Amino acid sequence: MTVRRFAAMFVLLAALAPRVLAQQPPAQPTEEFVPVSELPPQEQLPSGPLVVAAYSFVWLALGGYVFSVARRLTSVQRELNRLEADVKRGTRA
Amino acid sequence: MPKWFIPAAAVCFLMFMISPVLIANAPYEATMGLVQKIFYYHVPSAMTFFVAAVVCGVNSWRFLFGKNVNADRLANSAAELAVVFGAITLVTGPLWARKSWGVWWQWDVRLTSSLMMWMIFIAYLLVRKYGGPGAEKLSAGLALFGMANVPFVYVSVNYWRTIHPTTNVVPTLPVSMGLPFWFCLAAFLLLFTLLLQLRVRLERQRAAVDSLYLALED
Repeated sequence: MTVRRFAAMFVLLAALAPRVLAQQPPAQPTEEFVPVSELPPQEQLPSGPLVVAAYSFVWLALGGYVFSVARRLTSVQRELNRLEADVKRGTRA
Repeated sequence: MPKWFIPAAAVCFLMFMISPVLIANAPYEATMGLVQKIFYYHVPSAMTFFVAAVVCGVNSWRFLFGKNVNADRLANSAAELAVVFGAITLVTGPLWARKSWGVWWQWDVRLTSSLMMWMIFIAYLLVRKYGGPGAEKLSAGLALFGMANVPFVYVSVNYWRTIHPTTNVVPTLPVSMGLPFWFCLAAFLLLFTLLLQLRVRLERQRAAVDSLYLALED
């Protein structure tokens, strides 16, 4: 059922795509240099999300790494304690 | 754990808490505007990536030619940190580039050589993990190549025509931008030192576990 629905949607989109594309206004070629700050708002890329993404990534990466090292340290420490107890038991016996 | 570790970790945490305030109060760069603020974490992470690569390379040299086991632990730890800080550099850079260059990535010499250097340290860790007996020496050899890349990556922007800014940006920063930058660099280098300490401790404990297994077998 789902496959049929996807197939129908695909056929519909394929049929409509040339008409939609044909209705697009032709791009106006620029003949002179336009500074980024003077571009129309719809063509300007906002800086905020990029800065937030960059800083979030740094914090997440560093936090994730610290967490990973702490987890590995705890696990090895636990194993070390267990083995030390085993060795002591072995020497006593 | 050394006595200085906890106070230093507290200072580092405070520095990372204060850094966004300093960055927010730094003036906007005239041509790039807000997106240039990525610089305050991007460049320190790149410099820490270089430091990690050099620490890894120097200690790999000491291990290869001096048979120093502690140096090998230090090199292994630094390689992992080189991958972490390299990843931060290689992700924050394209986020900045998308706005200021109009593209996420450009195959120019600085970006490509940084990517190659990062891949060398990933190769180091993979060889180390899956290389079997003798992997330590093989990975130490790789680390020497990784370290040799550092000066090449650094000066590449001055010798090749590239879209990336040259190395004279940081020395010519005005005080209002220089202060948050050097503060962030200090925070990153302190964090690197602390993480290296933790990571080396992990290596030491793993070695202790291995020796205890041997003792139990005997």
